[in-house]
Amino acid sequence: MRLESQATDMLRYRDSGDGGLLVELGDRIDWTLNTRTRRLAQLLERQALPGVVEIVPAYCSFLVIFESATLDLDRLKAQIEELFQEIEDSGEEEPGASGRSVEIPVCYGGDFGPDLESMAQHNDLSPEEVIRIHSSGTYPVYMLGFAPGFPYLGGLDERIATPRLDTPRSHVPAGSVGIAGSQTGIYPLASPGGWRLIGRTPLTLFDPTAEDPVPYYRPGDSLRFIAISEEEFNRVLREGYHG
Amino acid sequence: MDSTFLVLEAGSYSTVQDTGRRGFQKLGVPVSGAADEYAFRVANLLAGNRPNAAVLEMTVVGCTLAALKPVWVAVTGAEAEIKKNGAKMATWTGFALEPGDVLRMDKVRKGCRLYLGVSGGIDVPRVMASRSTNVQAGFGGFRGRPLRKGDFLPVEEPSPDARVRGDIPREFVPDLSEEMVLRCLPGPQAEFFRSGGEELFESEYLVTTQADKRGIRLEGPPLHHASDSPGGVLSEPSLPGNIQVPGDGSPIVLMREQTVGGYAKVATVISSDLWRLGQAVPGDRIRFQSVDRETAVSLRWEMQQRLKELEQRLYGDREAAPQDTYSEPK
Repeated sequence: MRLESQATDMLRYRDSGDGGLLVELGDRIDWTLNTRTRRLAQLLERQALPGVVEIVPAYCSFLVIFESATLDLDRLKAQIEELFQEIEDSGEEEPGASGRSVEIPVCYGGDFGPDLESMAQHNDLSPEEVIRIHSSGTYPVYMLGFAPGFPYLGGLDERIATPRLDTPRSHVPAGSVGIAGSQTGIYPLASPGGWRLIGRTPLTLFDPTAEDPVPYYRPGDSLRFIAISEEEFNRVLREGYHG
Repeated sequence: MDSTFLVLEAGSYSTVQDTGRRGFQKLGVPVSGAADEYAFRVANLLAGNRPNAAVLEMTVVGCTLAALKPVWVAVTGAEAEIKKNGAKMATWTGFALEPGDVLRMDKVRKGCRLYLGVSGGIDVPRVMASRSTNVQAGFGGFRGRPLRKGDFLPVEEPSPDARVRGDIPREFVPDLSEEMVLRCLPGPQAEFFRSGGEELFESEYLVTTQADKRGIRLEGPPLHHASDSPGGVLSEPSLPGNIQVPGDGSPIVLMREQTVGGYAKVATVISSDLWRLGQAVPGDRIRFQSVDRETAVSLRWEMQQRLKELEQRLYGDREAAPQDTYSEPK
């Protein structure tokens, strides 16, 4: 996988059945590429072409889901190419550049982070060092997926990378912060899961029943984890988080 | 809220579903919705409903319900014995229930899922524009979970112009034999596989017990990744029908509770054949057949025409409902 950042110069289409078109702008995890991918997906969504059902952006590709009996595929592709050219030509600030910096307060260890000790041991660090390393990083949100509101984050320090659990837990509480391989993530809703849990946030990250459900962060934002005490955790639960 | 049904027996896995949750996959929210789109649509047609009214989807063992109000119902999907107050009733046929009537839907004999359409549609709050249950995340449908004994299930008032008819011509009842042919478009990553994934179309695959609404794992000759292929892909959005192949070579057909995957996908079941997978049970035999896009699109169109024709035969002059299954009247 190439890591250097460089402009995309081609699009690649892949059929995903008769009702889906996968559009690739590249094949690597790269912030500039991801920003461009999200931008193209967003511009295309605004066109509201007849037959298009939804558009789902990922790292460096997006999926257009459509009703195949209604959609004009040639028109869709022409539209994508036109918008792509516009983005290439404009060279203006990408919207990701204005992504927000979002603080996520986390109470590390104890019942909230049952794997913190074993994780520290695995990496020949003290639990305090793991907390310090994890809470001093900046984690860009590339995409959401896998579970409602689940963020795919970059930026984990390799010193605290740890393989996932051999046996997944049947219940991981909402707000749990974990590590799996060289990724860190948060479970917005309770679910089964195999990530090593190091702490928990008191924030409600995603409320499916809200009128307009918007996760606490969105692709393009960067997350920072702020270590808090159990008292603060409980205070945030009661009063909300004011930074 | 006034209830229409009391759940006497909950069955093995009974959830409220409509056509699914559209537009939220970018937030990681899967589409959910009825696994057998055809049976779902016909259940609503027989109940006199708009195409996207919520129904009860029952997997393998059906529910026993007591009616608390007069209501018109129809059961479609799998083959099963259904009884009203102990008397046998036909599936794929609309009939009335009066207060006090007991509707019992037994274990399926053929196929996997039963659909109960109810005039008016099952009335649960919409979550992200859909009444479908997402059991994994615990929202939507009836309190975000399968039904339990003792639940009271509310049903919307049917619209006054909903006219309901008894039964449908038999040629509209699908065949659910254990052998099925599923048509596919190659890709999105066919070239990651040896001989472009041709092996998928040369053998028979068996549905294993690892089958649910996230995916159906198949058993058969393993599909080999090409020697120069990376095997996996960067996590990318998936959709129902994608056939992904993990390292062990056993294909998994993705269903309705998945949004993202990192395995290469050899082919994708076309949208007009997807309903059949909603009726697949362990032991069923599948043959995959490769078709081109033009064929897939015309088959999709034919499926919609078939539903339109059925509606016309049932309702004659009624203004045809929009056949775009994704549109939801506000």
